[in-house]
Order: sequence, then structure tokens, then C-alpha cells
Amino acid sequence: MSMNSQGRPSAIPVAASTDAVTGTITGNRGLQIEEPLIFEQDAPGRCGVDLPEIPTVATRLGAVKPRATVGLPGLAEPQVVRHYTRLSQKNYAIDSGLYPLGSCTMKHNPRLNEKMARLPGFADVHPLQPVSTVQGALELMDALAHWLKTLTGMAAVTLAPAAGAHGEMCGIMAIRAAHEAKGDSGRTKILVPESAHGTNPATAAACGYAVESIPATADGRVDLAALKAKLGPDVAGLMLTNPNTCGLFERDIIAIADAVHAAGGYFYCDGANFNAIVGRVRPADLGVAVMHINLHTTFSTPHGGGGPGSGPVVFSEALAPYVPVPYVTHGANGFALVEEAGDGPAFGRMKAFHGQMGMFTRALSYMLSHGADGLWQASGDAVLNANYVMAKLEDVMTASFDGPCMHECLFDDRFLKGTGVTTLDMAKALIDEGFHPMTMYFPLVVHGALLIEPTETESKASLDQFIGALRALAERAKGGDVAYFQAAPRLTPRRRLDETAAARKPILRWTPPAGADAVAAE
Amino acid sequence: MTVKYTKDHEWVRVDGDVATIGISNFAQGQLGDVVFVELPEAGRVLEQGKEAAVVESVKAASDVYCPVSGTVTEANQALVDDPSLANSAPETDGWFFKVTLSDPSQLDALMDEAAYAAFVEESH
Amino acid sequence: MRYLPLTEADRQSMLAATRAASVNDLFRDVPEAARLSGPIGGLPNHMGELEVERLMGAMAAKNIAAGSVPSFLGAGAYRHHVPATVDHMVQRGEFLTAYTPYQPEVSQGTLQVLFEFQTQVSLLTGMDVANASMYDGATACAEAVIMANRVTRRKKALLSGGLHPHYRDTTTTDARFIGFDAVALPADPTGVEDLAAQIDNTTSCVVVQNPSVFGHVRDYSDLAKVCQAKGALLIVVVTEALSLGLLTPPGDMGADIVAAEGQSFGNALNFGGPYVGLFAVKDKYVRQMPGRLCGETVDADGRRGFVLTLSTREQHIRREKATSNICTNAGLCALAFSIHVSLLGEAGITHLAQLNHAKAVQMADKLAAVPGVEVVNGSFFNEFTVKLPKPAAGVVEALAARRILGGVPVSRLYPGEMDDLLLVAVTETNTESDMDAFATALAEVLS
Repeated sequence: MSMNSQGRPSAIPVAASTDAVTGTITGNRGLQIEEPLIFEQDAPGRCGVDLPEIPTVATRLGAVKPRATVGLPGLAEPQVVRHYTRLSQKNYAIDSGLYPLGSCTMKHNPRLNEKMARLPGFADVHPLQPVSTVQGALELMDALAHWLKTLTGMAAVTLAPAAGAHGEMCGIMAIRAAHEAKGDSGRTKILVPESAHGTNPATAAACGYAVESIPATADGRVDLAALKAKLGPDVAGLMLTNPNTCGLFERDIIAIADAVHAAGGYFYCDGANFNAIVGRVRPADLGVAVMHINLHTTFSTPHGGGGPGSGPVVFSEALAPYVPVPYVTHGANGFALVEEAGDGPAFGRMKAFHGQMGMFTRALSYMLSHGADGLWQASGDAVLNANYVMAKLEDVMTASFDGPCMHECLFDDRFLKGTGVTTLDMAKALIDEGFHPMTMYFPLVVHGALLIEPTETESKASLDQFIGALRALAERAKGGDVAYFQAAPRLTPRRRLDETAAARKPILRWTPPAGADAVAAE
Repeated sequence: MTVKYTKDHEWVRVDGDVATIGISNFAQGQLGDVVFVELPEAGRVLEQGKEAAVVESVKAASDVYCPVSGTVTEANQALVDDPSLANSAPETDGWFFKVTLSDPSQLDALMDEAAYAAFVEESH
Repeated sequence: MRYLPLTEADRQSMLAATRAASVNDLFRDVPEAARLSGPIGGLPNHMGELEVERLMGAMAAKNIAAGSVPSFLGAGAYRHHVPATVDHMVQRGEFLTAYTPYQPEVSQGTLQVLFEFQTQVSLLTGMDVANASMYDGATACAEAVIMANRVTRRKKALLSGGLHPHYRDTTTTDARFIGFDAVALPADPTGVEDLAAQIDNTTSCVVVQNPSVFGHVRDYSDLAKVCQAKGALLIVVVTEALSLGLLTPPGDMGADIVAAEGQSFGNALNFGGPYVGLFAVKDKYVRQMPGRLCGETVDADGRRGFVLTLSTREQHIRREKATSNICTNAGLCALAFSIHVSLLGEAGITHLAQLNHAKAVQMADKLAAVPGVEVVNGSFFNEFTVKLPKPAAGVVEALAARRILGGVPVSRLYPGEMDDLLLVAVTETNTESDMDAFATALAEVLS
């Protein structure tokens, strides 16, 4: 069988359940208030909106019958407000504190961007309005495209993809379309380094390519010799994150790009870590042929608990003809929108309408606010913050590679060897200290990875507090206090959750309690 | 009855021309709590070394390769219903599937219990 | 720069700790030729809030906001009234600025929302189980087809002529690159196509849209039976989620997968995105589903809690064997959907759906009374097709000049085809006087 090294503990350690917290009458604990499901607060007929009367007309539903019930609960507005307020209070967020998830770039989300996205001239515009009535929206898309092309040095951009992984699909599709246009059907492989995000191999495989792994060198970078040995007429391209997921800049990047292109392939750069270099290094100058950009990381559109994202893709001159529809052009009467692929080499659409407009407005606000000088400073501070954290922790934790790192620093679990404390335990104990954990067990190239990305929007005081907490926890682990770690977190709305039970007998929705129908029918 | 092991941590127990196949105790320990298995249906013809089944823990999904070529006669429904058997009884009640051997000589190249124990010791 | 907390003194002391000579020195692994010597050229320097607001505001002012004029556009994006509570709650920083809930102990808020969202979507669609959202309806549709191919081990999808062309194109783009057949039937403006006859033993799935892009509503129960007999899955696409408050849900018709656009609840038009894709299936297909799933469990103290589960289907674990490469979904849009549906509840959702239908019936009658205009549909929910005596694109431009957004010309979705057809959507936001103004203006433009 194949062994996947990402396995980590998923059941609750015995120590955790022997450390129960004193109960209260309500289950509430001060500001931590228990909140039932919305379905458990139902009163039939109650409604949180007031609607006008329905005009009397003969319905025109054809052969379709009106449905009898939906099964949704009825609540009044104050209950709904309280429900979501209480739920929100069970979340950690950037607004609450340091959120050092490596490769996720959890930086401050300016509220100006939210305000701009809600201007009625952007938010209340239908995607299929006559083009003459949406010139400002097209101007905004054009301005964003200009910024992205300038910051990357690339020839063309599509704004259509809905997220980073969607952008990856777009980029790999363009590579495939380019090979097909040349009649080159022998390229069946995409090379992906071991340290890649899971989306890279998933994307390549989804586009019909075999995925071949490239080993890393001892210093955490792509093994150029191994890469060259794999290049040939069967390789469609290379997918590489730079800076890579170990937080390191690929020093041989230009040689890598040249080798891939000399062999007839294309170099796809995963732009997840663009924040490290934005405004300081243009990917075009590194030999990149195509790259996606996560507006929700580098350009600070909010993560929203898992989306929406936006993943524009920039293309080199060679791949520019394959940019998918839709895109904005300059016409005789102002801006025009090309919505159909036509007979050209460009391929068709990847989603409905024109892309994640609400993210474009936020990202452009961010760019305008920073400007060229602000972005220069921001990427510099992001890299400085990560190097500072690394320097302050490397005597008590084990850094996987020598610095300097870029915007994130990678540790492994060698410092925990023999202590009985795992990477997961460290992460959970950090929660009790008021921090969101770092990325754990990724990348896969080191054992028990702890990947820390502080971002540029953290102050030195905040970093020092975080460093102090991690240092103390590392010392505590080495002191042998395993039970303390296994019982963590103690102070959260919920303690460790039984993921094994959740996966063995999945409960994926609320269902009415047994007998509810019988009672209702009486 | 002899039990043989592969380097990919599957075991094979042969009884006549029927081989019972599962994952080793070492493998289940590495996987952690098994939460789901996907087994081949009876009648499927499997080739040595090819993917035959899937075993999932919460955070890992692994393919189980068929250690010997043959035709599936039975999959372990009890394991489908209670995947924790792969943890609690990996080399007995937690078996995965049975095949009729098409080439019994393939068994010769597999490791016996002592050789497998040494292999695990050496490589992990 | 207002978003950067480090002072120059901080930077100097931190640099000393890193033993680097300067910030530039930290970039020494970047090939020198690729390092810029200072801020990038060709872009302005930083701006204050006021300046950004002026620039952005000027661009926004060049658009006609749909709410500022009578507006009747639909075709996959609908202008509904979103209660004030929705936007207030989604802007709570604990929702807005949280990441994907990978650490469940500090993400119970997002996780419970997802669990409730999955339940709401299951109830609305009449299906067993729903995931935690997709990018939008079109990508949900394409993912549904890919899933059906996986389940049936077949490679030929049949796409109805009533399917929104953007959904069709998103699916055929995937078909080209992933390698399957997506057979798109000719456009079906009159809602009469016979799909059952086209299904054979190699068909993986049939994709229908209800109401169709032309507005027709149909009962697909018989088609579901044919699909089942031929071993194909029935995928029902819904682009106007509010219709689920009135029509027999796809689950009751026998759908295997429902792929829908959820924008109608809680989400503004936003010029086309971000929206929220809904994805629901029968129980037996749960492990074949793409996207995130939230499940119920208990914590170390035995209390109910929620976690992301069955994640071995997903890219971060299965990598090249994942069911989809989707990573980010539409979390905040799903939250907005969920809050709006919670506010409406059982009583509100059925009322609002009936209100939309009744207003659409009124509008259809008003337009049918305009000389030369013919309502094509025999059945519809809140959107229908009308036939005009002139090309619809020009009519819509002329209406826009009169500050009325009078629907979507069918030729916008089908270039060069059916240029006399116009799609008209009506929601609770359209007043009686909006409707009269539209009918009057249309009569003027056509005369």
C-alpha cells in the first residue's frame, strides 16, 4: 500500500478527557455562550422579514406542483442577530490576533476595501447590463489588469478564475492549449516538486496530465540536476511555487525556467507566496510563463472563513493568445467586453459571468492605498518579520533550513524528539495562549512541519508576545509535561474534537428528532 | 497456511488456491484510526502490484496494492461496516479481500514474517 | 503607510536580530538581475482613504446601479432585497477575517454555520446531503458532470438546450481539458425538448435546468426514471434558488445531483461575482462529492461540536487523486445565504417565492398587451421569454437610454441567434410603477 505521511493524530488523547472543566448550569461560561442550531429554535409561522401581500393571480407553473413544505425553522430578527453574533464569537480571526498560517498570508483586511466594494455602482450592478451602463465596472477591471501586469511584468492577464486552484486550472489549460495548437500531443507529464501545495498535483491530474515528483536538495530547493534529467519531449511543464512552501526563494529559478522552456515545456509559477516579493521582484524577470495570483492573500481580500477567493492568471507573450474569455478591451465607444472565444486559440469560459468583481474592487483599493512605495515596504516588512521570528526561535526549535527565509519560516519536530509532545500538541497549546496555530504538517518534505507566516501587518510587540509563548511552550515540552499538551486546548469554546468519530459515522446535516413528524401530525 | 508480506505492507495468507489479503499491523499503526475502506467487488481480476483497495484514516488516504494476481472471490463486508477492525484486528478479522491465485509462484518473491519484521525494523 | 505597524526603529532592531545588513540583504537569494532597486515604476505611490474613495467613487458613478432604475435582468443573477441584518452580520470580523476552519477548536462559529448551511441547502433542494459550497452555479454544474462521470465510469454528458450557456460553456471547457464528451443540445426557447430519447447506455448524466434559462418550469420525474433505467445520473441545475421555495424540489423529482446558484439569497449582484455554488446529492454519493464537508462530532468533554470531515476526498490529502482540485470555496457568500434563509424561514421563503411568481405573472400580462410583443412561455417562475418585433439588443439599449434596464437579450447569451427574444425577470424589488414604466417604454421603443 502507499503510505501518506500526512497522518496525524485524529482521536482525542486520553489525557484530554480526564481534565474536564467545571460545568455551569446553562453550559455558558461567561462570555462564551452556548448556541443551539438554528433548527432547534423554530416556532412555526414566525418570520424575520415582513413582506407585502401577494397579488392574486392565476399561477403559471405548468405541470409542476407547488411544494407543500421546505422544512426550514422560523425565527424573528433579534434571534437571528443573536445566533450569528454568538457563533461569530466562537471564531478566531485576524481581527482578533496573530494568524500565522504559513502559505496562507493572513494579513489585515482594511475596512476601506469593504466600503468600496459596497458602493452601489459596483455592488448593485447586474453582469448582463448593456455595456454602455457598466463602463465604470469595466474601467475598474482594466485598472486592476494594469496593476497586475505591471507588478508581474507579464504580457496578459485573465481575471476570470474564482480562486487560486481555479487559476491553476486556467494556467494548466492554457499550457495544454498552447501545446495542442502546435500539434504537440506527446507531452503527457507535469513536473511538480515534493514540497508543492496539494492543489498543484490535483490540478495537473484533473487536466489529464501524469504528475511526476521532483526531489528537493538538502537546502530545501528544487534539485536542478534531477529536474533537468526529467525534462524531455514528454514534459508539458513544471509547476513550482516561488518562494517555495519551505519559505525559501529558489535561487536557481532562472536556470530552472530556461531549462523547462528549452525542453519545450512551460514554467507555471504558483503565486500563492507572491506576497514575499510583490513590488520588489517581477515574476517575468524570473522566466515565468504563467502564474496565478491569489487576490485573497497578497492583496488582502478577506478569507471569509474559506472564500470567496479570486485567482487572476498572468501570461507571458508566448501564452497570451490562450487567455480565456471574458476579458476587457478598449473599443471605439469606451471599454468593451469580449465574452465569446470565437474561432481563435483562446479557450472558453471557466465560470459564469466575468469573475469575482467584489474581490476586484477590494484588491484595487488595497493596491491604490499601498501604491508602489507601500508595496515595496510591505513585502520588505513581511520578509523581515518572518526572519525575525526565525532568528528568535531557532535556538529552542529546529529550523529546517538555513536562512534567510522569505515571508515564512519553517520548523520541524526534531526539537520535540523524545518529549512525547507532537506538532499537533504544540499547535493546540498555542491556542490556549491566544494565538491561531501555524500551518502544521505541511510541507511534506520535513517531519512534523510547523510553518509560520506572520505577514507585514503584525507589530513587533505582537511578534514578541508570540515568540515568548512559543519559546515557553518549547521549554515546557522539553521539560516532559506531556499531559499538559495533550489536554490542550482547555480554554476554547470546544476542546479537541473527535475527528475519527466524525469520519466513521458522518453526520452532515441536522435531521428532525425522531417522532417529530408524528407529533406535528397530531 | 503461510503468511507472506510485501514491502508495501500488505499481507497474504494462502489456503489452497485462495489468498486472503489485508494490511499489516505496522501499516495500521502508521495510518492511525481507519475510518473507511473501499474494497474490490467479487469477480474483478486483479494484477500483482496494481491498486486493489483504498484505506482511509482521517488525514490520510492510501491505496492497497494487490500482492498477487488473481480474481476476487469475496470482500470483507464486516470491515466495510466497521473499518476499525483494520486497527483492532489487522491480520485476522480485519482482512480486506480474497482472490483465487492465478500464479502461485508470485508468492515466492514475498517476505515471510521474520523477513518482514526485519524489513520494518530496518526501513523505519 | 497606515497598514504597516513597524517603525523604523523596530526595523533596525529586528534586522540586528536577524544578522542581516539590511532588508534588501534578506532578499539575497533572489538573482540580482531580477531584483528591483526601488519601488516599481509606472504605478502611483500610496494614497489616503479619501483619495482612494474619490478614485473608486468616480468609477462607480459611471455605472448605472440596478437599484437606481426599474430593472428586469435575470439570466442567472437576480436582484432581491437583502435584509440589513445580512450584510451587518457578514461584516463581523470574526467571520470576515477568519481562514478556512482547519483548527476546529477556534472555528466553531464558521463550522456551525456550514453545518446549518448544508442542512438548509439539503432542505431547499430536497436532497439528502449538501456540501459547504462551490465557487458558483456554473462551476458546480461542471463539477456535477465530472462527479457523474466518476460514479458511472462513463464519459458522455448530455446537456439540455435549456441550460444557461455560461454553465454549458464552463462544462464544455472542462470536457475539452479533462477529456470527456459534453453533448450540448440546441437551444430550447420553447421548452419542448425531449431528452429521454437521447439517453443511451453510454450516457453518464443528463443536465437539465429548472426553471430553464428561458424560464420554463418542468417536472423531470419521468426523465429521472429513464435516467435510472439507463444507468445515467440526473443533474438538475437551478440558477434562481428562490424558485425552490415554490416548486417541487429536484430531490422529489428524483435528481441524483443538484447544482445551483445561491446568489438570490443574501448576495448582491456584484457584476457577476462572487456568488455561491450549491451542491447536493443523494446519500450514496457522499464520498464522490467534491468540496468541503462539515460534520457533527463531540469534543473531549463530550459536548457537541463540528469539524471538517471526509477530507480525504480533497486535494490537500489525495493530491493527484482528489475528487476535485477545489480548495477555497465561497464561505462568506454561503454565510450571507444562510443568514438570509434563516431570516426568511419556512413562512418567509414560501411567501417570497409566491410573491415573485405573482409579480412575474402580472408583468407577463402587461408585456403581452404591448403591440407586437408575445410571451413565449406557457409556464415560468419569475422569469420568462418574450418575442419582440425588433432585435432585442437594440431595444434594450434604447430602454437603457430611457433609464430602464429592460431584461437580457437572448443574443447576449447566444451570439448571432434568436435576436428577437428577450429574457425578463421580475422580483419583489419591482414595484407596480416599475412594471408600468417598463411596459410603456417598451411600447414607445417598438412603435
